[in-house]
Amino acid sequence: MSDFDPLQEQASIVSVTDRVRPVTIDGAVVAVHFLGDKAAFVGAEENVWLVDELGQRAVAVHNGGILCTAADDQRLLIGGDDGKLVELNRNGDVTLLATDAKRRWIDNVALHPDGAVAWSAGKTAFVRSAKGEVKSLDVPSTVGGVAFAPKGLRLGIAHYNGVTLWFPNMAAKPEVLEWAGSHLAVTFSPDNKFLVTAMHEPALHGWRLADSKHMRMTGYPARVRSVSWSAGGKGLATSGADSVIVWPFASKDGPMGKEPGMLAPLKAKVTMVACHPKQDILACGYSDGTILMVRMTDGAEILVRANKGEPVTALAWNAKGTLLAFADQTGDAGLLEI
Amino acid sequence: MSETTAAKIPVTVLTGYLGAGKTTLLNRILSENHGKKYAVIVNEFGEIGIDNDLIIGADEEVFEMNNGCVCCTVRGDLVRILDGLMKRKGKFDAIILETTGLADPAPVAQTFFVDEDVQLHTRLDAVVTVADAKWLSERLKDAPEAKNQIAFADVIVLNKIDLVSKPELAEVEARIRAINPYAKLHRTERAQVKLSDVLEQGAFDLDRILEIEPEFLEAGDAHDHDHHGHDHHHGHDHGGVKHYHDEDMQSLSLRTDKALDPTTFLPWLQGLVAAEGGKMLRSKGIVSFVNDAERYVFQGVHMMLEGDHQRPWKDGEKRESRLVFIGRDLPEQAIRDGFANVIPA
Repeated sequence: MSDFDPLQEQASIVSVTDRVRPVTIDGAVVAVHFLGDKAAFVGAEENVWLVDELGQRAVAVHNGGILCTAADDQRLLIGGDDGKLVELNRNGDVTLLATDAKRRWIDNVALHPDGAVAWSAGKTAFVRSAKGEVKSLDVPSTVGGVAFAPKGLRLGIAHYNGVTLWFPNMAAKPEVLEWAGSHLAVTFSPDNKFLVTAMHEPALHGWRLADSKHMRMTGYPARVRSVSWSAGGKGLATSGADSVIVWPFASKDGPMGKEPGMLAPLKAKVTMVACHPKQDILACGYSDGTILMVRMTDGAEILVRANKGEPVTALAWNAKGTLLAFADQTGDAGLLEI
Repeated sequence: MSETTAAKIPVTVLTGYLGAGKTTLLNRILSENHGKKYAVIVNEFGEIGIDNDLIIGADEEVFEMNNGCVCCTVRGDLVRILDGLMKRKGKFDAIILETTGLADPAPVAQTFFVDEDVQLHTRLDAVVTVADAKWLSERLKDAPEAKNQIAFADVIVLNKIDLVSKPELAEVEARIRAINPYAKLHRTERAQVKLSDVLEQGAFDLDRILEIEPEFLEAGDAHDHDHHGHDHHHGHDHGGVKHYHDEDMQSLSLRTDKALDPTTFLPWLQGLVAAEGGKMLRSKGIVSFVNDAERYVFQGVHMMLEGDHQRPWKDGEKRESRLVFIGRDLPEQAIRDGFANVIPA
């Protein structure tokens, strides 16, 4: 591990570390989301910890490992290796949404603004409409990621050799976007014009949805585990390198033929990125425990947490953009009010 | 690299052709009172009657890596399962992966070579192949999967020896040795092998690879001692390719007591596995380099190769380089000539 100390080497860097409220979670944290102003720290097993200024409490959500999460401001979806899909709301109430008939792992989840949810187990993707009606689709290989398109009820399902686009409420045959290789996390651009997957290999792949034109986004030294759209969807910030790689999506061609922006280089790998919901600011966490806030327009940095040695595994803003939550793989966590 | 090895969770891959006795062995491992907890990855639920262990179903999904090399494959389901299991680290001591009888062990082994996350948290302990003493010889003639499983094995459990005569047993062992001379071989009935002989082998651990294989490459010489009364094989080629007429798979071993030059030896080795990667199933070796106080150890699966310094040569230890290649239709003479070329004059 690097003993690089940003405080010493970059004396001019602004720090807000003294304003961070430390939070201690009992165990590894794999994700964090906000339910209103409550931060929900998701443990690797069994529990979610709800934390606000009044204190913290653990809520049991699974009987086993937690494999995937998705959240909006109202609810948090959690899939587990117990074959269960559960929802946690702002009050901390847990609702069981589905149990896999074969008790397979729930590998991926996604949320739709109208209340629909999606999840996958093995090669099967499921969509449960807001009214509670469940439909499923089998894809050629194990689902690597699911995401709802921003418009209509349409699900992107990433798998080996491509992505299947499925309208659960239409009889039409699902459309398949092909690209050789194993596709994991999948995300639609907020303007619904592009679809991007993080691949098993250290690369992203994208398609322009209007004409299925390919976009190869390569050059990463490590697999891309975390992606985040900037406010308004102008850029896609990504982990996987020793700086935050931001691909430009403002023009009709997206990042085709363009160089990505590279922000906040450090002698450590970026593990998590989270763009501010309203401004051109992002937060990024590194493999050495450092957390920075970065202004995307000029790269100005503010130190949120100094390097402590453990990789950052969770990072999120609340919907208003006034709170930043983070945690590392040992459960060392914090909340920052901006 | 050795410092982190201890923290990594060992994975034992259990393979073997249909009906050889894999499930019997797995049941023994799980039911014996060894005080350890295993996470078990299987293809079929219900075959094994245990309650308390963590059992996960696998799909055996094989992915080609997009480097244009068709032999470089990984098990996608394994990457996913191991990643998920790491969330429950602390709930088990080791992982056992049972493959189907028709599975190729290569993508499994390669997964541990190429996937960064898998490498970070787990280590392949050994490929354990259960073979049926009665039927293996037949399977080696007609089933390429059975050959691959023997070729990939670090440990071979030769099962059902009660069902064969002594000459039949000698024959099947000779066939196994012709393919894979360095695997440890245990003869069993009903898979009654000591668990310490199949678990915690460290066979894929460069630091231990040769510690546990003191007779690495000696096997070919060792069983010649049984040959009393047979015709003497004067001038027969020790460590050479041993062919059975119906075998396309063979092992080739090389050795020299001249210290090698890393600037010529390593490019040759890399070039060899790159050129023959599709046919080269496994490679292993211990190398003595010029002006180098430490032994260099390497091993590979297909085109993938890893190597590192292991430990200092001991006083009085014979400083020689020993290599073994296991593959299909390997160009023996070309490899021997290539090796001869990199031995300093």
